[in-house]
This record gives sequence, structure tokens and C-alpha cells, in this order.
Amino acid sequence: MSWSLIIRLLVLALLIAFLVAPESFAFLLQPFTKIGQPAIYDRGTLWGLTLSHLAITFAATSLATLVALGLAILVTRPFGAEFLPLSRSLANIGQTFPPVAVLALTVPILGFGTAPTLVALFLYGLLPIFENSITGLTTLPPTVTVAARGMGMTGLQRLVRVELPLALPVILSGVRLSTVISLATATIGSTVAARTLGEIIIAGLTASNTAFVMQGGLIVAVLAVLIYDGLSALERFFVARTTKGSSLSPR
Amino acid sequence: MTQGVGTALPKRTIGLDKLGVVIALILAAAWLLLPFADFKPNRILPGEPRSIFSALPPIYAAILAVGLGLSIFASLIRTSAIPRLLLGFIGVVALVLAIGVAGHYLTPEGDNLARIAPGAGFWVLVGAYALLAADSLTRLRLGPWPRLAILALVVVGICALLWSGAWDELSILKEYASRHEAFWREGQIHILLAFGSLIVACIVGIPLGIACYRSKRLRTIVLNVLNAVQTIPSIALFGLLIAPLGALAAAMPGLAAIGVSGIGVAPAMLALFLYSLLPLVANTVVGLLGVPEDANDAAMGMGMTDGQRLVAVELPLAFPVILTGIRIVLVQNIGIATIAALIGGGGFGVFVFQGIGQTAMDLVLLGAVPTVGLAFVSAVILDAFVEMTSPREAAND
Repeated sequence: MSWSLIIRLLVLALLIAFLVAPESFAFLLQPFTKIGQPAIYDRGTLWGLTLSHLAITFAATSLATLVALGLAILVTRPFGAEFLPLSRSLANIGQTFPPVAVLALTVPILGFGTAPTLVALFLYGLLPIFENSITGLTTLPPTVTVAARGMGMTGLQRLVRVELPLALPVILSGVRLSTVISLATATIGSTVAARTLGEIIIAGLTASNTAFVMQGGLIVAVLAVLIYDGLSALERFFVARTTKGSSLSPR
Repeated sequence: MTQGVGTALPKRTIGLDKLGVVIALILAAAWLLLPFADFKPNRILPGEPRSIFSALPPIYAAILAVGLGLSIFASLIRTSAIPRLLLGFIGVVALVLAIGVAGHYLTPEGDNLARIAPGAGFWVLVGAYALLAADSLTRLRLGPWPRLAILALVVVGICALLWSGAWDELSILKEYASRHEAFWREGQIHILLAFGSLIVACIVGIPLGIACYRSKRLRTIVLNVLNAVQTIPSIALFGLLIAPLGALAAAMPGLAAIGVSGIGVAPAMLALFLYSLLPLVANTVVGLLGVPEDANDAAMGMGMTDGQRLVAVELPLAFPVILTGIRIVLVQNIGIATIAALIGGGGFGVFVFQGIGQTAMDLVLLGAVPTVGLAFVSAVILDAFVEMTSPREAAND
């Protein structure tokens, strides 16, 4: 086991311990409170908020992956080729929208709560996955696609057995990017009353209780870093699998 | 805007344009199903929908309806890019003028509370025409200068529209009118946050990138740490910086005197600076690694020292990639700076969060629209610069 893995497991263990029994860590946060303020967030369990945060992120990202990948496949087929240049520009322009603007503008349509957050996360999460899927599907080595065609594969067979597996690492890094952005945006979601860890930070900011701000911030930060690392490891696994036994070099 | 890929389309005399079909459907649906404008008795109450015919004087409504109908058919037909660009452009201009007229037409005489907001139909119609124009622009594959010229034209057009007073009766501008001092103050802070942190990050990040390029060990450590920082959600990072900065200000009154404190501009600036480092350092390293060996060999053969080679050969060749890093940072910072409002850092985010708090969506727009505009303009300008500085073959990638 490498050192970095041991450190990550330790951090994960600490995080879980903190979520399960936050009171036993209260002495660490007490110095950051003013007199009379609680050291541990008391209007909801840390566990519950964390799970809800993760559930929102997961739901939005999986939906975004399905839709973005579907759209990317569509515009890279001959049928949808007319849409490719425009969709590229749109994905590029879309990323200049700050997530918080997307979030705030969804509220009038869906009201306060979890729904606007889910929609904003979904919309914003589409972009990196779409962009990476297109990059993956359009930069395949021409020799491979020509060979697949020469073997008499149909369009669908080429897509499923050649193009998607080869593009998988690039697509996955888009999913990872999207997950991390969603995790962050979900935090802001609590400004429109979604049940996420941002609630703790906002409560801390409004009551100027630095202990709340720190515990909320730390949990989100540790979660984000661990998830990012986990998805990176998954990507490396797939890259290793795709390139094993073939002369293709990873891109 | 830059990465258009020209697709060779078969030339036909008359045919259906696939994108045109989609746009025609969007136009028709937005026209028939969605309200063109919303009438709100006051700024917080939900709006009552108004269709084109009830939002505009009859003559204007008739002209707009005929124009819409014609353009739906026109967009279906496959044509070259220029007519479609014109169609999209005229469509956007006509709608923008029409909604201004609707503002004046719908506001009851002497009523200062009523608010006329552009409705969902208006936004979708504008979006559809903008799509048409954007598609044509992408297909035209304009060089950087024409793109900048078009951008300048659009910006001047928007300024002229706002200055002329044509939009004065619309809800967003009414929010602006009652807050214009705060608007420009927060705007300055927003720009200071986004650009100031970028400049400091360039001063630190580019030399750090050069050092990382020279030492592989340093590169691994620095990039790993910056990657982790980049992963931390902005609001969490802002929050985590509150405690150390507050402690610092308490321990050193000199720092507190120049405005460093736990909340406010200082933690926002520091967080934006930290976020900016990764793209800058990474792109500097990638740019320098991409310098062709021939160029370095030639420079060494000419007897250049390491320092001379860096300044005269490596950095100029790596410049487009570094500039791409600056583009990423700037667009990202303009977006994240909105969150600074949550920790008292100011910026356009103030209006977004105030608007959410008061459920006044026009106020949210007052914060969100300039932010998006700023990010968009910065992206187009820097994309053009990147293309100008790139070698020709790389520009067409």
C-alpha cells in the first residue's frame, strides 16, 4: 500500500468518525465559537446533510451523464453532424455562466427547495461531460475507425465496441469534472433552501459562528478531494484496461 | 466560439435545414405557448402573462407577428451563412426593441409599483434567434479581428439601447434605477476581485510554473496540492479562510488597518488567487514542455544561456498556452466572485443573493446578467488573443 492511499483512508476514517460522533470533536471547534454558541451544528445531523448532499450530486450527475453522452453521440453521427459546430460553441458559451446564476434563475420556475438545485446541477453538469465526450469521440485514431469499417462492422457495432471504449477515459474525466462542480454547486444550493452541507456554512456565516463555517467547509472540502481522487483512480483503471494488450497508446 | 469544425455539407438547391427545423419549432412554441411579457403589480408578486398581442400596441404586434411567421419559414430553408446571420441578428434586435415598447405600453400611467418583466417567451425567442446567429458565426469561421469587431458592435449596441431609455420601463432597469450607486460600486469590487486576483496569480503562478518545469519533483508536489485546492468548493474555501485571516488580523493590527479581516474582500481575494494558481501553473508547464526540441537545440547552439533561452525562446513559444490558462482563470474568477457576496466580499453576487432572499427575480438578474456579460466578453476577447498569438496550424485545431 502506498503512503498516499494510507493517508486517504485515514482521512476518510476521520471524516466518518466526525460525521457519526461530532460531539467528541467539539473541543477542537470550541475555541472558534463566541460565548454561548454551540460548537457543533444543531439544526440537523451532519450525517443526514452529508447523505442528502451526496444524493443530490449523484442524481444530477448521473442524469447529466446520460443526457450529455446521448447528445454527444447524436452530434458525432452523420445524422446530427449539422449540429456539431453549434453545440460546441454552445457548450463553450454555457461555461461562462456562473453556477450560482443558473441556480438563482431556476428558482422562479421551480420555487425554493431541492428541485431548483437539482435542475441547476444537471444543466451545469452537462457541459463538461458533453465537451469531453465530443473530444473523445472525434479524436479517435483514424486507423482504428477505418479498420472497424473494413471489418464490416455496422455503425452501432463501431460505436459500442470501438468508439465508446476508446473514448471512455476522456468521457470519464468529464464526469469527474462535472461531479466536482456539482458538489460545489450543491453547497450553494442551500441558499435556495436545498438540504445540503452548505446549510451549515450559511448558518455559521449569518450567526458569525466560525465553528459552523469550519466544520461545514471541512466536510465539503474533504468529500470533494476524496471523490475527485476516487474517480481519478477509476479513470486510471479504465485507461489501463483499454490499453492493455493493444498497441494503442493512451491519449 | 472558436472551436468550430467546418463540416462539408452536400450542396443542394433547396432543402430543409435540420437546425432550422429545430429553431422553427422553438420559435413557434415560444410564440404560441409562452408569455411574451409578465405584468407584476409590484416587484415581488408573481407576474401575469401577456402575449405579444396584449403586450404591444396593435400595429407593432402585427408587424412582429408577421416577421416571426416569415422568419419561421425562412429558417427552415437551407441557405448560406450570411442570410441566416442577418435573420438571427434582425430577430434579436426586433425583439429587444419590442420588449422595450411593451414596457412603456403596459406600465399604467403614474404607477411606480408595477413591474413589466420580459417573459419566458421573450427569452426563448431571443435565444432561438441568437442560436441562428451563433450557428452562422461558427460556420463562417471568422478570424480573431472580425470576431472582436462583431463583439464591439454588440457591446456598443447594448450601451446605446440602455442609454436611449428604450428599456427604462422594464423591471431590471427599475431595480437598477433604485440601486445605481450600489451597482457601480459592487461592479468595481467584482472587477477588482476577478482581475486583481488574476494579476497576483500571474506574478506568482508563472514563475512557479517555470520552476515546476525545471524540477519534476516540485512539479508533482505543486500540481497535486493545487489540484486538491481547486477541488474544494468555493464557499467552503471562503469559509475555511475566515478563521486564519481573522486570527492574522487580530494578531497584527497593521494588517487589520489595511483592511485584512476574516470576512470581506481579503478572504475572497485570497481564495480566488488560490483557485487561479492551478490553471496558470499547469498551463505554463504544459506550454514549456511543448516547446519543440529543435528550437531549444538551435538556441543552445547559438550559445544562449539558460536565462536567455527562457526569455527569448521558451516563454514566447509557450505564450499561447499560458494565455489559455489566463482565459480559463479569468472566466472562472468572474463566476466565483459572485460567491464572495456570501462572506461580505461584495461584487455582483450581492444582488443575486439579495434577490434570492427577497424572491425578487429582477434583482437576481441585475446581478447575474452583468456577471455573465463580463465573463462572455472576457472569453471572446481572450480567445481571440490566443488565436492571434498561436502559430497558424495550431489555431485551426
